[in-house]
Amino acid sequence: MRIGVFICKCGTNIAATVDTEAVAHKALNFPDVVCSTDYMYTCSEPGQKEIQDAIKKYDLQGVVVAACSPRMHEVTFRRAVEKAGLNRYMFEQANIREHCSWISKDRAANTRKAIDLVRMSVEKLRFNQPLFSSQVPINKRVLVIGGGISGIQAALDCADGGLEVVMVERESTIGGKMAKLDKTFPTIDCSSCILGPKMVDVAQNENIRLYAYSEIESVSGYIGNFKVGIRKKATYVDWNACTGCGLCTEKCPAKKSFDGFNEGLNTTTAINIPFPQAIPKKAKIDPAFCRYLIKGKCKICQKICPVDAIRFDMEDEIVEEEVGAIIAATGFDLVDHSVYGEYGGGHYPDIITGLQFERLVSASGPYGGHILRPSDGKEPKNIVFIACVGSRDPSIGRPYCSGVCCMYIAKQAILARDHIPDSNCYVFYMDIRAPGKNYDEFVRRAQEEYGVQYIRGRVGKIYPRGEHLNVQGMDTLLGAQVEVEADLVVLATGIGASAGAKDLAEKLRISYDEYEFFMESHPKLRPVETNTAGVFLAGVCQGPKDIPASVAQGSAAAAKTQALFSRDTIETDPQIARVNERVCIGCGKCIDVCPFGAIQWKTLRDGSQKAEVLDSVCQGCGLCNATCPPKAIQLQHCTDDQILAEIDVLCTGERHG
Amino acid sequence: MNQTVKRIAYYPGCSVMGTAVEYDQSTRALCAALGIELVEIPDWNCCGSTPAHSYDPLLGAALAGRNLSLAEELGLDVVMTPCPSCLKSLKGALREYQEQRQSFLDILQMPFSGRIRVISVLQMLYEDIGPEAIREKIRYGFANKVVVPYYGCLLSRPPEFARFDDPENPVSMDQLLRAIGLSVPDFPYKTECCGAAYGVTQNHIVGKLTGGILDMARHLGADAVAVACPLCQQNLDLRQAQVDRHCHTSFQMPVVYITQLLGFALGIDPKKLGINKLFVSADDLFKGTSEQLEKLTEPTTA
Repeated sequence: MRIGVFICKCGTNIAATVDTEAVAHKALNFPDVVCSTDYMYTCSEPGQKEIQDAIKKYDLQGVVVAACSPRMHEVTFRRAVEKAGLNRYMFEQANIREHCSWISKDRAANTRKAIDLVRMSVEKLRFNQPLFSSQVPINKRVLVIGGGISGIQAALDCADGGLEVVMVERESTIGGKMAKLDKTFPTIDCSSCILGPKMVDVAQNENIRLYAYSEIESVSGYIGNFKVGIRKKATYVDWNACTGCGLCTEKCPAKKSFDGFNEGLNTTTAINIPFPQAIPKKAKIDPAFCRYLIKGKCKICQKICPVDAIRFDMEDEIVEEEVGAIIAATGFDLVDHSVYGEYGGGHYPDIITGLQFERLVSASGPYGGHILRPSDGKEPKNIVFIACVGSRDPSIGRPYCSGVCCMYIAKQAILARDHIPDSNCYVFYMDIRAPGKNYDEFVRRAQEEYGVQYIRGRVGKIYPRGEHLNVQGMDTLLGAQVEVEADLVVLATGIGASAGAKDLAEKLRISYDEYEFFMESHPKLRPVETNTAGVFLAGVCQGPKDIPASVAQGSAAAAKTQALFSRDTIETDPQIARVNERVCIGCGKCIDVCPFGAIQWKTLRDGSQKAEVLDSVCQGCGLCNATCPPKAIQLQHCTDDQILAEIDVLCTGERHG
Repeated sequence: MNQTVKRIAYYPGCSVMGTAVEYDQSTRALCAALGIELVEIPDWNCCGSTPAHSYDPLLGAALAGRNLSLAEELGLDVVMTPCPSCLKSLKGALREYQEQRQSFLDILQMPFSGRIRVISVLQMLYEDIGPEAIREKIRYGFANKVVVPYYGCLLSRPPEFARFDDPENPVSMDQLLRAIGLSVPDFPYKTECCGAAYGVTQNHIVGKLTGGILDMARHLGADAVAVACPLCQQNLDLRQAQVDRHCHTSFQMPVVYITQLLGFALGIDPKKLGINKLFVSADDLFKGTSEQLEKLTEPTTA
């Protein structure tokens, strides 16, 4: 093999602490190396041209570049060598920046290490083989999991682009958390007025098939060809017949059912439609409260229903859909504030969450838009808002900022002052985080125009005294303790992952962080993709964000889907596992360890069972390679031979320097 | 637990030798009634209190650690102390031992395994015995008495140190008091500061803080405040007259140890519980019972 070695100085990033000239000089002595040089910026256009010229001049069959991490520029250099006529896998990149020059200031030691790293790359390259991609067809349908604002945006963008969309929503209506909000910051426009039309669009768009009150049961397959099992939970109402007239909800005698839409501030009927603008506007029965389903007597809804839609014998049903891409948009749930013993541990009715306040102030809420105390229905005069409840608090295992609370309490305080002009609003805060467009101005309006009193400090305790709640805290600007006699306390409850996020992530085979938020592929450069090809993220399921950011990510996920579907086939990555059938003993260990379900049984003509890798599912992690007892399964471009060759020269090769 | 006698090491600490002698008396009497044999650590020394660890955490830890080493020598695996401040020093010794083992042992120069468990009397009552077991042993019920539990700062905090109960809303004493038939309202000031050592240097701070605690207790209709810390008891009881002067009040609020209340409910003679040592008389709480008690105690004494 004829190999060329190119050492990058990366300006001073590498050259300051590595003698690149010495490395290049030393590399000339390595086996098969016919040319070697160093250059200021190898990734630049003239740098790439130098590689391409050398390939022609020296008739190179392989190229080693010693530069930054391959995560940075492997694609760049592969493309460069391919343009000069080499197979792109006849290229190796030695990382002498992140793994070497940036670590130590000892120039001699760094140079020695750089020489070793280049030596290893050369040795690996000597075992490289040209690899080629294959093509698989794409099923151009997309599954959107979650019918909140980001899922709605993603679904509408995909459907408008002509794609068929399958939307799955856990609740009996789409709309998500945004449907519960009264107004939105920083413009105070009505949440349901801007969300409602989009929900209607989802219902009316012919390209969208909506499964409400349904959950993902199973996911198999791979990018371009997923098979998804969807559990349609029993609603006990035939939605094909139900017209959403609501007669049943008026007559249902079980009026103490939990009202999830109103965050438990109110009760509802066992058969219910969550709110008047629900999409789909269909009734469902909550079996935990239905008299007939509990005691076997009642059936009033069945008698009253004008279209005979009630089906007490309904059971869950599993349907299967085939899609080519999946957008996860499962949103969030509030952090459970009952962990805070000092804030009453959830025992006091007049200490409420941010979302409960939204329902209090909403015209469609339990009090028709009048702000009243849940305990006695009296109008509160002193309202205290406490920021960072369940955010930025390592003591309860939530060190992150929820990002939206500073803004929503400013909005809620403004609304409170608007609804009850003679009220006093206090906000206890740690820092005000308002980095969005027109956000800081909005918080200032709360303070200056609406006279909301901002107190910088934490609240140490809330306790009831008579009819009031005494809020004891610290004003760190005054350096004094303060106590407010409040009538209503609103905790700016932080954002946690949606219930069941972890289970869904495991079904989708995507990663999640310690707080169960889904992991993006790269925190800056691939914020919408996951590490499982064909699965994209939208909205708060990936991490706390506000409505504009959720909508933007919904559109971004749709754009990624459109880009994927703009081709009829997808090119597979050849850096995947391959089975040598003559060596495979059919033990099946590789099938057990594969986290992606990429290995299956294959029966040969003689009836023997062998492992077979599904090219488009394999993600090239190499677990099977490490597990296989006879080493029959090998990860291409990272085979045992290639790794052992690198280790051999590192351990036994002569020391240079 | 019932009839089997359990032996545990007992570290009294300096307070219960002096100002809080009734805490020592009632703890010993209660443990005897519960079948727990307290083995006082021989030749125990000062836990170091605040000055030792303020001067040098490692030296302070070794000073407290000597007591733990002596307890291990007795072949016992649990040390119990009634004083939360001693508790903190002893737990601090265990922590320093875990974090800087060799330096700690170099100073201590005594054998030490670090496997010994350190608990407060409250933790022993709540976790090792439990409200249910106590309920079964009740021989005298308090009728219509309201008592609020006051924990102070150290029994459940700092959480990573104490590893006991909810640091912000502890409930162990609430449940023990309910187990002996007392009415226990939700006491919002249960972990408020009593002023601690400011009683000596900045008396008005104690006046304000302790005044607030007593005022809340009175507001809730309490007949007494239950405590488990000698310093809290001192600030609330001994200094109550000072608080009254400072706040222009006349609280007359008895402040009693949890061990006295439990001991009384288990039928122990109030004299053995040191009721007479309290500054604000708690006779109303413990009154008119000697005859009943005699009747109750007859079958066992006879």
